[in-house]
Amino acid sequence: MKYPVGYNADSRLRWTEALPWIIAITVFFLLPDYLSLGARVLTYILFALSLDLILGYAGIITLGHAAFFGLGAYVTGILAAKLGVTDPLVQMAASAAAAGLLGLATGAVVLRTHGLAQLMLTLAVAAVCLEIANKATPVTGGADGLSGVVIAPIFGQFKFDLYGRTGYLWCLSLVFCMWWLIRRLIYSPFGASLAGIRENSVRMHAVGAPVYRRLLIVYTLSAAIAGIAGALLTQTNQFVGLNVLGFEPSGELLVMLILGGVGRLYGAFVGPLIFLIAQDVLAKQFPEYWYFGIGLLLVIVVLFARGGLLGISDALLATIRSKLKS
Amino acid sequence: MEGVLSSLVSVAFHGVAYGMILYVISVGLSVTMGLMGFTNLAHGVFAMAGGYILVSALTRFNLPFPVALALSFILVAAASVVLERLLYSRLYGASELEQVLFTIGLIFMSVAVARLIFGTLQQPVQLPEYLKGQFALFGRDFPAYRVFLIVFSAAMIAALWFGVERTLWGAMVRAAVDNRPMAQSIGINTRRLFTITFAVGSGLAGLGGALGADIIAVQPTYPFEQLVYFLIVVSVGGLGSLRGPFVAALLIGITDTACKYWLPEFGAFFIYVATIGLLLWRPMGLFGKRA
Repeated sequence: MKYPVGYNADSRLRWTEALPWIIAITVFFLLPDYLSLGARVLTYILFALSLDLILGYAGIITLGHAAFFGLGAYVTGILAAKLGVTDPLVQMAASAAAAGLLGLATGAVVLRTHGLAQLMLTLAVAAVCLEIANKATPVTGGADGLSGVVIAPIFGQFKFDLYGRTGYLWCLSLVFCMWWLIRRLIYSPFGASLAGIRENSVRMHAVGAPVYRRLLIVYTLSAAIAGIAGALLTQTNQFVGLNVLGFEPSGELLVMLILGGVGRLYGAFVGPLIFLIAQDVLAKQFPEYWYFGIGLLLVIVVLFARGGLLGISDALLATIRSKLKS
Repeated sequence: MEGVLSSLVSVAFHGVAYGMILYVISVGLSVTMGLMGFTNLAHGVFAMAGGYILVSALTRFNLPFPVALALSFILVAAASVVLERLLYSRLYGASELEQVLFTIGLIFMSVAVARLIFGTLQQPVQLPEYLKGQFALFGRDFPAYRVFLIVFSAAMIAALWFGVERTLWGAMVRAAVDNRPMAQSIGINTRRLFTITFAVGSGLAGLGGALGADIIAVQPTYPFEQLVYFLIVVSVGGLGSLRGPFVAALLIGITDTACKYWLPEFGAFFIYVATIGLLLWRPMGLFGKRA
């Protein structure tokens, strides 16, 4: 079951939609020791939102979304460490533009194919990016990663401090802006046409919708947002490593989004939150079992809980309501 | 001139050996996709399992090489029947996304299990004495193991093609690939047919992984790293076909070997570019049917 979108959906804000922001601000004041983890969670929420836009709303399955995230991270890293461009807004714009361009160029090929070939091409794009980052050692630092990333204060005012307070708020404000943009987008006629393509692309062709062009636009946009998430990762960590590219980060992102719930916007908030906190607690102690666990989780979610955590909570709420009425 | 010729021969020879292995591994994936429309990204797991079975049979249990090879086929095929009955069959009607997620979950689990049992290091293969050394042909020396690889894979492929083209089982498989509801309605038990075909395909992947353990390093990240290559073979070759993936596998084997020999700094780059170009030209693959 997918969350309603398009003309039938009520686009007014519900009170529950304020919850993520209230929680995020509460965390800022009450848990100052966890702000770096918080910034990481926010970064991945943005990344998951970009995936939800193409996977949940447009129905494009990709195994290589980390290509755009990684490109964004590397563009910011290279600008800051090698070219001396330290302004965070410029870095962010450059990352978004580069990732968007890559999305446009690869989307033009990927979106012409279907099924297995499409999966393969998304994977191949990510593999090529990883290969380039690995081989171009003078620029990217290769397997050692790119350190010495310098980030100037935001607007010349707010310095990235040791406690991650600025980083956290910076991430939060960008997630908020992008959330607003994506929310407007999915409730617009454009969003309705995406849902139509996801549900039945043959009929969308038949009613004269420019299917390929719509998909290409949303793919490019999603890539640019993933690029912004990558830039955030570099700015808050001040380091870029090869682990931002390739199949594993793309797979983990899929796990996060599925865990939260696909195609419902807030699944992209719940999934990364739970996943990254669990990773922070468990992965260092039991690295082998951690991987086994996320694999098992994915299998269980697919077999028994296709709506993810939010799907389960919806079902519970519906049961409670019907019990109360009777 | 002689130098160029001998490097050409050497690249062609190693490329064919690699292509054969790729085909033996990937053919099962092509048939699974064509027969049930199931997107099994975890196919590489079977190949990895075959590789690990061969290595442990040779080094831990000191079994002879032919027995180890046979075991890698039988055990993987048997395990795949259990998996298919218990898990895969629940998702036949499911959406592509669910199948993709489910099989990615299987990959994550198998990678973790492989790391727990065998560690992260690459497993070396102890070849028997009679497969070491060189084999002289037309005045040139070829590594004996690669010659064995090519001959053995060719025999397996011939047997497979004979099975699909000339036996009743093959006729039923072809019928089910072309039109499953019709095949079902004339009394073919497609469920059982699929279990058997899945087992043969997975067993072949296990065998390919075992045979190719010397070429494709057996390590826990195997299903991740090789997945692109298997998918390229299948999507370039065309789904549900036997010949298409064969041509594609040989092309990829030779191109990849040539690139690594002459342009090592470009790595696998050229393969991806060629694949993208080819799919732009023919989106359904070389031998695929138009949808």
